[in-house]
Formats: sequence, structure tokens, C-alpha cells
Amino acid sequence: MTWRVSDEDLGALGERIVAAVGAHACQVANGELTVGAEAVDIVAVLTRLKEDPDFAFQQLIDICGADYPQRPRRFDVVYHLLSLTKNRRVRVKVEADESMAVPSATSVYPCADWFEREAFDMYGVYFSGHPDLRRLLTDYGFQGHPLRKDFPMTGYVEVRYDNDLKRVVYEPVKSVEFRNWDFLSPWEGAGYVKPGQGYPELLPGGEGSGSRK
Amino acid sequence: MTDNPIVTIDESDESGRKFNLNFGPQHPAAHGVLRLVLELDGELVERVDPHIGLLHRGTEKLIEARPYAQNTGYFDRLDYVAPMNQEHAFVLAIERLLKLEIPRRAQIIRVLYCEIGRLLNHLMNITTQAMDVGALTPPLWGFEEREKLMVFYERASGARMHANYFRPGGVRQDLPPALVDDIEAWVSAFPKVLGEIEALITGNRIFKQRNVDIGVVSKEQAVAWGFTGVMLRGSGVAWDLRRSQPYEIYDELEFEIPVGVHGDCYDRYLCRVEEMRQSIKIMRQCIELLKKTPGIVLADDHKVTPPRRGEMKRSMEALIHHFKLYSEGYHVPAGEIYAAVEAPKGEFGVYLVADGTNKPYRCKIRAPGFPHLAAMDWMNRGHMLADVSAILGSLDIVFGEIDR
Repeated sequence: MTWRVSDEDLGALGERIVAAVGAHACQVANGELTVGAEAVDIVAVLTRLKEDPDFAFQQLIDICGADYPQRPRRFDVVYHLLSLTKNRRVRVKVEADESMAVPSATSVYPCADWFEREAFDMYGVYFSGHPDLRRLLTDYGFQGHPLRKDFPMTGYVEVRYDNDLKRVVYEPVKSVEFRNWDFLSPWEGAGYVKPGQGYPELLPGGEGSGSRK
Repeated sequence: MTDNPIVTIDESDESGRKFNLNFGPQHPAAHGVLRLVLELDGELVERVDPHIGLLHRGTEKLIEARPYAQNTGYFDRLDYVAPMNQEHAFVLAIERLLKLEIPRRAQIIRVLYCEIGRLLNHLMNITTQAMDVGALTPPLWGFEEREKLMVFYERASGARMHANYFRPGGVRQDLPPALVDDIEAWVSAFPKVLGEIEALITGNRIFKQRNVDIGVVSKEQAVAWGFTGVMLRGSGVAWDLRRSQPYEIYDELEFEIPVGVHGDCYDRYLCRVEEMRQSIKIMRQCIELLKKTPGIVLADDHKVTPPRRGEMKRSMEALIHHFKLYSEGYHVPAGEIYAAVEAPKGEFGVYLVADGTNKPYRCKIRAPGFPHLAAMDWMNRGHMLADVSAILGSLDIVFGEIDR
């Protein structure tokens, strides 16, 4: 029950998890353990992590999505688990895309219900076997998934009260202009190179290319 | 106009007994903008469907578009009842990615103000919980004390609520000695006020009738549904991140973790009252420590923390640092981190993904109230309609953090 677990202990725990649940990778960074798994296995992985007395991750703290559009499977679904008895945390990550369903964790952790609804609402990750996969945070009748990187900051519609119609109307956004300041220094980290002068790692396909949007 | 028709009720007809009721979004007991669709059988609740998101502002999306330094302000506006506790989780996440050392005096100030936040929150919650079941006086007394605490916020940061006081590397500025003395004076006067508020509520017959054995959560349920904070401790699980996964100087401080027995609304109320006493204890220790710990309150690594105004008048380097920090901001090394603090409502966590630029790539805010509100459905089943507001009051819901 000591806190600030050493990286070695976390690594050992990660190895045991990988061996036990068939996860494909584990990594310790910043004092935290991350386990990667396949989306189809996630229910089995979570069940093992919860039930096995060696792991005993009784609580699901959070599920969230993350979007990486340049990857073939663009979404990460990230599960944060907490063990109250062992005083450990673990992060489980699976990858998904728009057409691929992630099995719902509601049968293992009932509180996954709303977390999955939120991830569905924000990213459009579909959870199969979820009892009630409705939108959660956005407006009634909302279209799109706002936390995707390709969703504009201002959204597509705005609302106002129309005094003639005596109701709230939806219109395309025109009242705000989103200003995106790019303050990144042009002297460091820039991804553009003059033709013929580029460093090899900055050329398309080289390591480091596309690091800056 | 005809006379009022006389309504005859056929007792054998079941069709009129079941109906849906829309609770909120504009309802004083809804604690903000919550819409509950209640399915009732007479006065018995059969199903609760909370519709949330009416205060959704897209905080997580906004955070992705701003340099790190501009984002702490958003965290005040999540749980606006205890603003600094939220900032704390965010700056902890950044500090861990940057591997930044925080001066000791800053840690003490942070703990002091987090405990003020806990008092702000619990004063608000227990008194409005009393209001939800019909008592009007407690909120007035509680708000009087909250007002004094907000003055302490204001004297430290310049703002009563949306402080933006915690910075990666410490806090914005040092506390003036007079402020520390005034907090000390308040701390010694507050237990009496708390006793008065307790005299109004704790033994009150109506309050007990409305809260004892209402909204009972067993240990297993509390763990399974992701409860944290008072919701977990009220059900008898001794779990507090300040003790089990200590951050800042909590491991040096002496305080107790109150734990409930029955897991009902009344036990949660009692836990909160006792936590306020413990917060007072922590604040006393912090004040003592502050008086004998001089020093800086913001790390002097000017690649991350801005230089002082006076320095900028004399030093070219400081001027450049200032310009770079307030235009480009600092770069956080690529990586991901989950930083959690024991906010008054439970575990408030920030999952931060940095991609090495000056803006967060992804910032997920784990609000403690979110899983608590998700439990509204099964907690209310079989209760009477009037218990809905009692249970909601004991959940300690603030929509700023749930809707984000």
C-alpha cells in the first residue's frame, strides 16, 4: 500500500498483466502504467483485471476517447482503473475507428454506462452491447462529434431567439469567427523546408515529418 | 366558463397512476441545469433519466486550442463552488510532465487554499441539502461564511471565485502576512459557527426524517459505480487520495478521514461536517508552516514561469522570457499523464496528452460528480418523489464540472 510505486514494480505488474490477459504491450512512463489491448478483448481484459486478486482493480475511474486522425485506426479509447486495496492505477488503451465497435464495459463496471455514452457523443466511437447508447452532453438533435480533430471549434450551427417566429432558431455559424493563433516559433520545430535543402528527417516519410500541423 | 368539472377517480383503473414528470431544467432543487425525466407510479419513482449537457461549453475542445498557460482559467469554471481544487489537478499534470519542482512555500499555500475550497464546497452543499428538504435558514448562515472565504480568495488572487491562482511551478504570488493572520483569525472563529449550523441541521427532526435511510448505497455499490470522495466514504470505504496517494505536503499533515456507517444521505451529511472540522485542522497546520517557511512561491525556471515585473524592467533576458511565455507559451514534452486530486466532491482527475507543442493534444477532465449523477437512476428507484431532491442534494452535484 505504498504510494509512488517504483517504475520497476509497475513494470513487473505490467508484465504480469500482459501475460495474464493477453494484452499486447505495456509501458511505464511518468510513473504510470499503460497497457495496450485489442478492442475485441477489452471485456475479458477488464474482467480479469477486476476479478484477479493479484490485480484487484475494483474501480473504473474513467473512460475517454482521443482522436489521432493520421492513424489507420484513429481513435483511442482509454480506460483508467484504480485498485483500492492495492493502491495502484493502470491505464488500458484500445484502438478503434468509425466503423469498428468496441465491446461495452457495462457488464464489468456498471459506471461505464455514462462514460461510454460520452465517448460516443464526443467521438462517435460505437460501443456494442451498451444498453442505452444515446448522446449525453450535446444538444437534442445534434449532428457530428465535437471532439474529433476535424470538427471545427465553432461548430456548424448557432442558435438565437427569433422574435418573429417566437422560437429559438438554428442557423449556420456567422456571428463568431474563430481565431487560431499559431505562436509556435518559426525557428524551431517547423515542419516546412525549402525544396532541396531539407534535412532528411523532415522529408515526407522520414522520422519527424508531420510533427507540426 | 363552466363550473369546475368534478373529477372522479376510479381506484381500480391503473392507467392514470403511471405518468412521466419533467423535473427541471429550471428547478431550485436541481442544483443548476439538470433535467430529470421521472417515470412515476403514483408518488413512487420507477425510473430516472437525467438529461445533462445543458451547461456543456466544450471546455475540453477549447483547451486543445490554447497554450497551457491560458487553460487554468477554464478549470475554475468547472466546479465553480471550489475553483482552486480543479486548477490543482491541471497544474499537477503539467508539472509532472515537465518534471518541475515546486517550492515548499507554494505547496503549503496550495494545500491551504484547497482546504478553503473544501470548506466552500461543503458549506454550500450541506446547507443547500437542508434547503432541498425544506429549511431556509442554513444556506443563509452558510453563505455568510462562504463570503468571508471568498474574500480570502480575492485577497490572494484578485478574484472571488475564478481565481486562476495556481500556476505550473507554484502559485501566482505570495500571500501578504496580514492575510495569513486574517485566515488564522477566521479559522479560530469558524468552529463556533459550524456548531451553530450543526445545531440547526444535525439533530433537526425534519432533516433526519427526510435523510436517514434515504438513498442507501452499500460498499459494493459505491465501489462498482465509480463513486469517490464523500460518496464512497459515506458508505464505509476509508479512501481519501490525500492519505492514500498523497500529493503536495499532505503526507506531513495530521488529519482524520471520517467514514460513514449506513451509506445514506444523513451519513454523507455527517461526513461532510466532520471533513470541515478536519479541514480546519489542516489549515491551522498550514498557517503555522507558512509562518516559519519563507521563500519563493513560484519556481524560478523562467522557461516555464514568468519573471517578476520588476525584473523585467532591468533584465533583457527576463523581458524575452516574458514575451515568449505570453505569446508562444512553454512546450510540454510529449507524453501522457493522469493527475488526480481529492477535490471536495471526490476524485477530480485530468488526463493530459501532450504532443510536445505549446498546446495540449487532449485533455480529459474526470469530474467526480459525473459517475455520481449516473447513479441517480438506481438510487432513486422505489423512493418517493420527494426523496429525489434529498438524494440529489446529498450527491453534491455541480453542473459546471459534469457538463464541462
